[in-house]
Amino acid sequence: MSAPGPRDESPDRLYTVTGGRTRAGDDTPFDLVTLVVTESEPVPGMQSEHRTILRLCRRPTAVVEVAAELGLPVSIVRILLADLLATGRISARHPRTSRHPGTHGLPDPDLLEQVLVGLRNL
Amino acid sequence: MDSATSDPAHGTPTATPSVTGTPGTGTGAPATATDSGTHTGAPDAGPDTGARTGRHARTPLAGTADNGLKIVVVGGFGVGKTTMVRSVSEIRPLNTEETMTRAGEGVDDLTGVGTKTATTVAFDFGRITLDARNVLYLFGAPGQERFWFLWDRLFSGTLGAVVLVDTRRLADSWYAIDRLEHHGTPFIVACNDFGGPVHTEQEIREALDLPEHVPLVECDARDRSSSKYVLITLLEHLQAQALRETRT
Ligand SMILES: Nc1nc2c(ncn2[C@@H]2O[C@H](COP(=O)(O)OP(=O)(O)OP(=O)(O)O)[C@@H](O)[C@H]2O)c(=O)[nH]1
Ligand SMILES: [Mg+2]
Repeated sequence: MSAPGPRDESPDRLYTVTGGRTRAGDDTPFDLVTLVVTESEPVPGMQSEHRTILRLCRRPTAVVEVAAELGLPVSIVRILLADLLATGRISARHPRTSRHPGTHGLPDPDLLEQVLVGLRNL
Repeated sequence: MDSATSDPAHGTPTATPSVTGTPGTGTGAPATATDSGTHTGAPDAGPDTGARTGRHARTPLAGTADNGLKIVVVGGFGVGKTTMVRSVSEIRPLNTEETMTRAGEGVDDLTGVGTKTATTVAFDFGRITLDARNVLYLFGAPGQERFWFLWDRLFSGTLGAVVLVDTRRLADSWYAIDRLEHHGTPFIVACNDFGGPVHTEQEIREALDLPEHVPLVECDARDRSSSKYVLITLLEHLQAQALRETRT
């Protein structure tokens, strides 16, 4: 995966931060609620958005929170995260919600129970 | 600390490519792309979003958190989506957007952005830590027809949905209900009480063409326990459905 170089002067920030890419590809593993965790600290010379993400995700942080904190659309953040994942600087904890193939799209009953218990304890 | 030198010169999230519609939150102020009501917490750190991240007090998740879950609150303009998210969220609701770029008609275009159209959907969200591992995210999303093509992507894998309705404007939720049924996304309907004329449950069900098995509850989105009850009702509905499925 090619690391984008410094591009501070472009007038179009979105174009700039992703090196001109507009999508992360359909195989992008990042759900809105995938939790991102920093695996290595930012290093000098790293793209500003990448450094911000690495600071933000010292504790698990959902993709959608990263987007809100950066003030960037989710689609752009997915591209930035894919870069960091490819270089091992972050890890991703994907949602387990994923519906069981056999059960007609319904989530795991144990998980539903855990959610319900959590809500009742609010 | 932050090294100021390489912070983007254009440090505001203004550069959204050709925004064709921002529902509800149509403020002209892109640096804080939220509706006014969402700024209830810490003072805004200003348009420099890079710096904002450093300054503003976030509530981080526990290091053990490893499973994000989603519930969507969908409804018409001004029906109380943000209010409901705020009333149960442990964080001040945050706002972000998803941009969908579509290539021009019939053109599979990999060469540039010239012929593409982009639509931006703004949505806000809140967060509820359920236990050491599970974190629930609540998304408030506009129910207008023109945004639905984005939803499949935005909210795939969601546990279920709450359709928030204002009984004075029931027709606003027809499309959302129709679409959720079509997609097989489980949902309940919550009537947010704006003090309009009282309708019987039967009247509302008929107006919404709502099947008997879909729960219909009243709520006050401003009230935390009321909003919590709505979420619990949705989860119980999901459980009942799961039970029916396993029996068959
Ligand atoms: N009376 C009453 N007012 C409410 C209730 N819930 C929300 N409101 C008010 O209705 C207005 C709109 O609520 P919002 O939460 O901003 O609605 P929304 O669905 O997020 O609106 P958009 O995002 O603009 O579509 C606000 O002034 C709320 O204070 C309720 O249960 N009862
Ligand atoms: Mg709103």
